[in-house]
Amino acid sequence: MALLEVRELAVSFGGVVALDHVSFSVEADQVVGLIGPNGAGKTTLFNIITRVYKPGAGAVLFDGTPVTRLAPHEVIRHGVARTFQNLALFRSMTVLDNVMVGDHIRTRSGWLASSVPMPAAMNAESASRKRALEVLDFVGLAARASHPVATLPFGTQKRVELARALVSKPRLLLLDEPAGGISHEEVDGMSRLLRRVHTELGVTMLLVEHHMGFVMGISDRVVVLDFGKKIAEGNPSEVQRNPAVIEAYLGAA
Amino acid sequence: MLQRIRTAPPRYWLVVVVVLFFAGFPTVISSFQAGQWALALILAIAIMGLNILVGYSGQLSLGHGAFMAFGAYASAILAHRYKMDYLVTIPIAGLLTGMVGFLFGVPALRLSALYLALATFALAVVMPSLIKRPVGLTGGVQGISLPPVVVPQLAKDGFTMLTGSAMTSDQWVYYVTFAYALVLFWLAWNLVRHRAGRAMRAIRDGEVAAAASGINISGYKTLAFGISALYAGIAGSLLGLATGYISPDTFPVSLSIQLLVGAVVGGLASIPGPLLGGIFAYFLPIESNQWVPTQTWIPSQIVATVVKAGPAVTYGVVLILLMIFAPNGIVGLATAGYNRLRRRLRGAADRESGHIPPDPQTV
Repeated sequence: MALLEVRELAVSFGGVVALDHVSFSVEADQVVGLIGPNGAGKTTLFNIITRVYKPGAGAVLFDGTPVTRLAPHEVIRHGVARTFQNLALFRSMTVLDNVMVGDHIRTRSGWLASSVPMPAAMNAESASRKRALEVLDFVGLAARASHPVATLPFGTQKRVELARALVSKPRLLLLDEPAGGISHEEVDGMSRLLRRVHTELGVTMLLVEHHMGFVMGISDRVVVLDFGKKIAEGNPSEVQRNPAVIEAYLGAA
Repeated sequence: MLQRIRTAPPRYWLVVVVVLFFAGFPTVISSFQAGQWALALILAIAIMGLNILVGYSGQLSLGHGAFMAFGAYASAILAHRYKMDYLVTIPIAGLLTGMVGFLFGVPALRLSALYLALATFALAVVMPSLIKRPVGLTGGVQGISLPPVVVPQLAKDGFTMLTGSAMTSDQWVYYVTFAYALVLFWLAWNLVRHRAGRAMRAIRDGEVAAAASGINISGYKTLAFGISALYAGIAGSLLGLATGYISPDTFPVSLSIQLLVGAVVGGLASIPGPLLGGIFAYFLPIESNQWVPTQTWIPSQIVATVVKAGPAVTYGVVLILLMIFAPNGIVGLATAGYNRLRRRLRGAADRESGHIPPDPQTV
């Protein structure tokens, strides 16, 4: 069974069809790229999987669980973590605090236990800090832990966001333009980092990306959306040769 | 242990100094002044509650005076009608107000920031009239006179032993308030820097990302409302203890505004902020009303307006000045100044040694 199964997903916003009965699946341990021109519905698809939006029709199954019936904050507990297109870090907080928020679901001490403060809650807190620092070390930012996140350059902030998603030990990682808006060298670094996330941590990934070299280099399979419809699916070389894809990107010849 | 004390960051020493200062303060000022400082600390407690809500969880309340009123009346009714010891009623009033705040937080979830501000403001507006209705319970417009404060023998003896003078009821009230402030500030400090507080700050900074990280948005928002109201309830209850008499007029709409001004002036999302805010919110109107009429250079019409309008004018002026010069409140101003000073000193040392400080912007 596929880890993530998107079935006939449809949604429209005030008459604009954002997704038109899109179906595809992500097998466990795969890296799947989701590409398409601007406005194709890629981010909308992410937002439906993570319950920011409600779908008009269709279903999303994660490991057999219908995700669309979960509350937004329950999605990550089932093992789906995400990053955001234009970053959604907690800007007033430090790098470490940001990552520790990602660890929220792996701790359970209540507000009273940490206010008083109970030893159990404090132990959970230091275990959480340790996990966060380990993940920061993995993404190469251990030295930045105590920096206010807003003072870091964009590319570094992207890695903080990745760390925040990784610390929850997700089984599926949704990456919204991990290479968007960062420099050439940083793109290579991000590509290497994501490959390590896949091989060393064994995380399945679905990534939206405009940087073609990046997405073709890292993906096992690629799904192409255009105006809310799936127009192609296959391995990177198949998709690159597909006439419908070429037309969607370059316009009809 | 000794090692830990030696390596403690300077701000811990600052905390020790501040605590010792407030503990010893009533022995050097008059009993009347101790009563005034007790009221300032009461405001500080209520402002800390508001700070948890506004500063840390990002929800605006223009009606925290209403929660203070609820706490004060809960205590007064328990003490007056059910003859409970007033000191025992304080935590009970706090918990009851906390529950009311929690329940108020549930419908508040449905409201966007602006409408939440309006709804809480409406609460502050209707509270005095609501109190007047059940005359049998609340004494209506007359209010409730509380039994005089009795200073326990133990506290009297201890105070006499330390200072050589007898403890007045104002001084006793001061110490009760100080003890509550100490505990509540400590709890708040622990709350905001651990898991629950981090969740609240995350919600304030970005709800979508917070939910994607597994934080139950509605749960933590209502929790923040409950905790915040608990603080306000205890502050209200202490206010009853300090003034000995409460009526609907003790809790006008302007009290809620006073709290919010105090929170902003002190510095939102900081722990020392509410303390400074409380002192500021209590003493500024008093001091300015005494100071302004003595100034001959201020035109007499302005003096008349200030005296007539009371705190409102001074608050307005100070708020505008702070918005321009210190948008993060007194605490923000102090931290920025301290950091600048430290950079200067470090920069001077680095220039002498020829060492170039690392650029924090490079990866």
